[in-house]
Amino acid sequence: MPRPSRDLHPGAWWLWALGLAAAATATTNPLLLVLLVAVTGFVVAMRRSDQPWSGSFRLYLLIGAVIVLVRVAFRAVLGGEATGQVLLDLPFVGLPGWASGVRLLGPITVDSVLAGFYDGLRLATIVICVGAANALANPKRLLKSMPPALYEIGTAVVVAVSVLPQLSDSLRRVRAARRLRGVPGGRIARLRGVVVPVMEDALERSMALAAGMDARGYGRSGELTRRQRRTTGVLMLTGLLGICVGTYGLLDGTAPRWLGPPLLAGGAALALLGFVSAGRRVQRTRYRPDRWAPPELLVALCGVAVAAGMYAVVGRDYTLVHPGIPGTPGVTLVSVLVVLVGVVPAFVAPPAPVTARAVAEEPPRRVAA
Amino acid sequence: MIELRRLSFAYDDSTPPVLHEADLTVTEGELLLVAGRTGTGKSTLLGSFTGLVPTFTGGLLTGDVVIDGRSVLADPPRERAHLVGYVGQDPSAGFVTDTVEEELAYGMEQLGTPPSTMRRRVEETLDLLGIADLRARDLRTLSGGQQQRVAIGSVLTMHPRVLVLDEPTSALDPTAAEEVLATLTRLVQDVGLGVVVAEHRLERVLPFADRMVLLDGAGGLLVGSPDELMRDSPVAPPIVELGRWADWEPLPLAVRDARRRASGLRSTLGHAPAASRAAGPVLLEAHGVRVGYGRILAVRDVSVGLHAGQVTALMGRNGSGKSSLLWALQGSRARAAGSVAVAGDDPAKVSAQERRRLAGLVPQTPADLLYLDTVEDELAAADRDSDRRPGHARSLLDQLAPDVPGRAHPRDLSEGQRLALVLAIVLSSDPPVVLLDEPTRGLDYPGKAALARILQGFADAGRAVLVSSHDVEFVAQVADRVVVLAEGEVVSSGPTARVVAESPAFAPQVLKVLGHGWLTVPQVEDAVREQLA
Repeated sequence: MPRPSRDLHPGAWWLWALGLAAAATATTNPLLLVLLVAVTGFVVAMRRSDQPWSGSFRLYLLIGAVIVLVRVAFRAVLGGEATGQVLLDLPFVGLPGWASGVRLLGPITVDSVLAGFYDGLRLATIVICVGAANALANPKRLLKSMPPALYEIGTAVVVAVSVLPQLSDSLRRVRAARRLRGVPGGRIARLRGVVVPVMEDALERSMALAAGMDARGYGRSGELTRRQRRTTGVLMLTGLLGICVGTYGLLDGTAPRWLGPPLLAGGAALALLGFVSAGRRVQRTRYRPDRWAPPELLVALCGVAVAAGMYAVVGRDYTLVHPGIPGTPGVTLVSVLVVLVGVVPAFVAPPAPVTARAVAEEPPRRVAA
Repeated sequence: MIELRRLSFAYDDSTPPVLHEADLTVTEGELLLVAGRTGTGKSTLLGSFTGLVPTFTGGLLTGDVVIDGRSVLADPPRERAHLVGYVGQDPSAGFVTDTVEEELAYGMEQLGTPPSTMRRRVEETLDLLGIADLRARDLRTLSGGQQQRVAIGSVLTMHPRVLVLDEPTSALDPTAAEEVLATLTRLVQDVGLGVVVAEHRLERVLPFADRMVLLDGAGGLLVGSPDELMRDSPVAPPIVELGRWADWEPLPLAVRDARRRASGLRSTLGHAPAASRAAGPVLLEAHGVRVGYGRILAVRDVSVGLHAGQVTALMGRNGSGKSSLLWALQGSRARAAGSVAVAGDDPAKVSAQERRRLAGLVPQTPADLLYLDTVEDELAAADRDSDRRPGHARSLLDQLAPDVPGRAHPRDLSEGQRLALVLAIVLSSDPPVVLLDEPTRGLDYPGKAALARILQGFADAGRAVLVSSHDVEFVAQVADRVVVLAEGEVVSSGPTARVVAESPAFAPQVLKVLGHGWLTVPQVEDAVREQLA
């Protein structure tokens, strides 16, 4: 029997994706990283909807590839490990004395390329995990689930994220329009011919959206006294300051003992108070909010399990997750199984509802100025 | 209920004020129409109700805005949200959520309305606007008229005292516009809301307006009953032009009133003369054109021929395939089937550069073509791109719109000037076929008349022109032939007078009043002058 489709709580998808991203930060083993990318790709393919943001996953894959390439190129050009087999023997470029720490060119070795590749792949995997969350979870519903204190920051982030598919829309439209007036000569001119109208379009859209939201009461302060507002601000600021100094004290071994844990705890408590106070300030209610049901819990747990599992593997077998540069990376059954836990949501999450969007006939309209 | 007191607005000290000591009161249960030429400050006036001016525009606003006896001048828009509901020009640009139901609830969530009340008001509003069957729909899949009604609903749920709408029908086809206006009159009459509407398309709104504000362009407001103000208004729908010319007193604003007055004129006029312009050879010949997106066919087997010396209008609902057909005829969008030939060449099979010499297209957002900082630079780039001598595009622009300053930034031009600039750029490669996609957006009556003259000038110079539009009055002015699309198919095509007479939705006002093939006021004036001579 086909399962009834519905949207999963966006928070569940984000927890899952962040869990996978956390697992990626723990390792530089390219085999595990590629497996992580494959897992996210599979889940996205199985459970994404036909909404515009779902298409953005491909873009993140592309960004991932670019990150890897750039990383490798930088390692090669700026030098790094001078050990290992030489691939291409380039001369050093002499730099003036003030840049003595920096090496330019020099022999490109297998080690430097590999180090760049491992490093880049890790960063790319993290980006792709975030992209998966973006493709699976409706960014606007995520906003609805934000705790009240984070609501305004959340909106700013969500609007920024949802600009991406709109950008690709207007990019398509402007490129079609460009062909109507011939292609200008230089590369710069050609780029400008696309970038300027697209940016103008994005700016106008965001202004229209901001005006629309403002006119509908977004960000109302309600009946709040100046004093309450000041209390919230002071609590938040002192709290954050405490957290910062506390973290520093904890991480810096030479700092006096009393600076670490007590300040951190105190700061966290103050910030929490600030949060509560700020949350009370936002007099918002929710219309039919998303609820956490068993599938949501399972999906989120999978993410947490992958992250926890990976850190456990790091503790047991450091060379497995951080293979040395000269040497072949390997995997163990346990490490593969840990990553494969991330694939479970492809089956336990309900399928996304199909809206069967009719494709708009006319190219997206722009707001008349 | 809501009052503007000696309200003045200027962007800065050096520019002339947009509003100067304006006084205006909106009362419950009335529909107030705001009219005026482009750029006289209609949007500024509306924005001062909601607080979007000056919050989002900058500038200096003085005077006072009073709602129910309380000054709200210093309140930002969000603090007025429960008093003033605002619906912008493009409703889809202001949508925050994804589905109809969530969109209706969004404003109430911001106000902190209790969940049970929200639930109840959403249901009430769905019924009031007749959109209950759309509740779970994705907002992007709605038609223009449906989107506009959802946008109205999304502010109504906050129970505002006044509803402010900026050009609610200008992007809509005639049928969708009627839906929206019916909704607005219902709100005025049944709910007792005060409704303020700014609109270019006066022929649509005028019959429903209780009072009217006319902006004089120097910052002043003329407030009065529509039939008084229409006597000297610089913007007037054809029915008013006809009434003024025939000295009807009081001036008729609705077709029904005018028909009663026109019986004498009808009998003296008789039948309209047949269209005068002769069709030249066929410049663009299309057979069985089909355009698809995935599994959806936007254009199904359309055959059309564009003659030299004629302006053809493409009409149809929003989403009936007009844009897709234009892009396919120009050759930039791939066809799934069919053939297109301009002077024997298929524009889809040649390079983009070559294509521009066959057919020029002005897209729905002309600004997409502009990317340089000054008008001069744009024109110079156009000359280079089309291998013309310097100054070629400038001379074209001077013929279309004589006084466009060369140093101005293209974005600072008026809608009409920007359209002329894009037309000059498109024409710089001297294509025999010119295609325009919805060019009348944001143009007032004089602007549309100027555009009609320009397009007819192209036809007189031996070009073939195809213009898509749902502005029936504009089509009546400009077109020799009309092609009507529905669901991507041609449902009707032929001489303008015959095609628009067949469909009440596409008939211009003069035809509705006089019948017998009369389309425009100048046509009637000429005929009477000839009779007298």
